[in-house]
Amino acid sequence: METESQKPFHVDVGNLLAFNPFHNFPSLPTSREELVKECLQEGTKLVQAVADSLFNLPSTEDVDGPLVKLPPPSTKLPREKHLPKPKPPTKWEEFAKKKGIQKRKKDKVVWDEQTGTWKRRFGYDRVNDDKDIPIIEAKMADEPGADPFAKRQDDKKKRVEKQEKNRLQNLKQAAKIGALPSHVQLAATALPITGTQAPPKKVTKDELGNVAGMAATATASGGKFDRKLPGEKPAKKQGKHRKFLPVVEGSGIGSREKEQTENVLNKLISKHSHEILNVGKAVTMYNVKKEKRARNKRSQEGKSASATNKLKPKKQLHKNTGKKGPGSSKKGKAK
Amino acid sequence: MSNNEQTLRFCSSAIMMRIKTPKNGRVRRELEKRAPKLVETGKKTLILQGTKTSGTLNGVLSEIYHLKKGGAVRFTRKNDNIRPFESGGEASLEFFSLKTDCSLFVYGSHSKKRPNNLVIGRMYDHHVYDLVEVGVENFKSIESFNYDKKMAPRVGSKPFIAFVGEGFENVDELKHLKEVLLDLLRGEVVENINLAGVDRAYVCTAISLNKVYLTHCALRLKKSGTVVPRMELVEVGPSMDLVVRRHRLPNEGLRKEAMRTAKDQPKKKVKNVSSDAIEGTIGKIYIPDQKVGDVALPNKAKGVKRERREAKKKEANERASKKQREESE
Repeated sequence: METESQKPFHVDVGNLLAFNPFHNFPSLPTSREELVKECLQEGTKLVQAVADSLFNLPSTEDVDGPLVKLPPPSTKLPREKHLPKPKPPTKWEEFAKKKGIQKRKKDKVVWDEQTGTWKRRFGYDRVNDDKDIPIIEAKMADEPGADPFAKRQDDKKKRVEKQEKNRLQNLKQAAKIGALPSHVQLAATALPITGTQAPPKKVTKDELGNVAGMAATATASGGKFDRKLPGEKPAKKQGKHRKFLPVVEGSGIGSREKEQTENVLNKLISKHSHEILNVGKAVTMYNVKKEKRARNKRSQEGKSASATNKLKPKKQLHKNTGKKGPGSSKKGKAK
Repeated sequence: MSNNEQTLRFCSSAIMMRIKTPKNGRVRRELEKRAPKLVETGKKTLILQGTKTSGTLNGVLSEIYHLKKGGAVRFTRKNDNIRPFESGGEASLEFFSLKTDCSLFVYGSHSKKRPNNLVIGRMYDHHVYDLVEVGVENFKSIESFNYDKKMAPRVGSKPFIAFVGEGFENVDELKHLKEVLLDLLRGEVVENINLAGVDRAYVCTAISLNKVYLTHCALRLKKSGTVVPRMELVEVGPSMDLVVRRHRLPNEGLRKEAMRTAKDQPKKKVKNVSSDAIEGTIGKIYIPDQKVGDVALPNKAKGVKRERREAKKKEANERASKKQREESE
C-alpha cells in the first residue's frame, strides 16, 4: 500500500476542507479493519494539515475560547436561490431624485399649539386631526348646500386611494422585473384543483402542438388570420376532408360531375341491380325506423297527456312483411 | 404560515394574481429570512423516504438527521409519487422544498434492483439542480461504536472534512459526489469560529472507482510543542460504504447561473477619475459648450400668473377710469 505523501494537499480553510488527490489503493486491504485504519490514517494527515493553517490564523480571546476569523471558502458551490435583484426606484423616488428633494427624518411627537402639549404625529389623539376642527369658514367658491366636513373626508379618502393605487403600481413594476420585496408574495387567485396525489399527466408532443390550433378555433374567423409566431406551423385541420366538385368545368375527359352521376346510375339501372340491393335488409331497416319514431312520439305524448291514452290507435302487433322497399318502386319507374 | 391577504389584484401573465402582504410581524420576519440573500450561509436538508425502506436505510436516514439536527427536516411518511430521476416525479419534491425552504434533499428507497438506495440532490430556486444516487453498504450505526462518551461531538459544531483518493479527481461521478457531499456535510458558513469548539471530522476515501467509504469521527486535540495541537481521530458516528449508481449533472446554463456570485459582476470602470499619491482622488469634469441664447425659457407658471393678475388689474383700473370719465362726461 504505497501512499505518495506529497505535501500539496488541497486545503480550503474557509470550509475546513482538505483533499488529497494523490492517494490510491493499488490493492484493497484484505480485512475491513485494515481498510478502516488506513482511511483514518490518511484522514488524520489531512485534518492535521487543515488544523495547521487554522491554528496559525490570528485569534482574539473570547469568553469561551480563542476566536478565529475564517477566510472565505475557496471551493465554489452553487447557490441555493437566485441573486436578489436590486429594487427599482419607485415613481416618487425618481421624481425626488430629479428635483433634488432630500428625505427628512420626522419626529414621532409634534408640538401642538392649540392644546400646548406634545402630541403624536399620527394615530390616536394626533396633532392635526380632521375630527377636531370645530368651524370651517365658507369661501366664495363653495356651493351653498355643500358640507365642508364631508368634503374634507372625501378628499382624504381619495388621497388614500390614490396612494394605494400608486403603491400597487410600484409593486407591479417591481414584479415585472422580478424584484418584489421579500415580504410581498404573489398568489394565484384561481388554483388548479390538485386534490388527489395523481402524478402529473405527461402531455405528448403532438397534443402540445395542437393546443394553439385548438384555441384558435374559438376566434371569430376560426384562427385563420391570427398572427403567428416565427416558426409556428399552421394548425392541422380536424375532421374529414370534404372535397367538392368545381362549379364550372368543361366537358371532356375530366368532367367529374358527369362521371359521378354516370357511375351511380349504372349501378342502379344495370341488369343485376336487384342483386345489389338487399331487399330484406332494407325492409327491416325501414320498419325498425318507423317503429322507433312511433314509440318516441307515443312516449312524448304520453308524458304530456296520459289520460287520453285510451283514445290512441292501438299498436300494430304484426310486422308488415309484404311491404316492398323503396328500391322496388324506383325500379318500376326507371323502366 | 397563514398570510393575511389584500384584496386588490392585478393581472400578470395569464393567471390572475393577488398581492399578499403579511399583517403579522412574525410572519414578515419569517418571509424575510427565506428571501434570497447576496451571500448565502447555510442550506437546510430535507430527509424523506419512498414507498419501501429497509431497516438499514431507516437507520441511515435517522442518523443523517441527527448529524444535521439544526438544519434538517425529517419526513416520516412514505411518498410513492417521488421519482427523482424521472421527469414528472420531481413535482412533489419541489413542492416540499418550497414549503420547508430546503435546498438539499436526501431521499431513501429500497427495491430489489436498487437496494438501500439514497438519492442526494440539490435544488436551485426550489427546482432540481443535480442528483446523485448511491447505494449504502456495510452501514454501522452510532450505537455500534464504543468510545469514551465524553469525547462525543456536540450538535451543530463545524466539522473538518477530508477527501482521500485520486478517484475524486479523475472519475466524473466521484467528483460530483464529492461536491454534493461537501454541500451536505459542511453545515453553516460562518466567519468566526471558536477553536475550542472543533470536535468532529468526516473522512471520505475513494476505495475503488465507484465506492466511497464515509465515516464520522470525533477529534481529540492533544498537546504538542507548538500552537497547533496534534489531531487524533476516533470513529464515533455512522460509517458506510457508498456505491455510486447514477448521477445527473446540472445543465450548463443552470450551472452558470447558480455559480454566479455578487462579486462576479465586472467592476464598472469609472471614467474621468484618477487617483494621485499626493492629491488623492482627482476627477475631471468636461463642460460642454453652453449655448445660452438657444436655451428655452422655463415655463414659469407663477410668473405668468402674477403677470396675468397685474394685467387684469390694470385693465380693470383702465376700465374703471374710462367709466368714470364717461359718467363724468
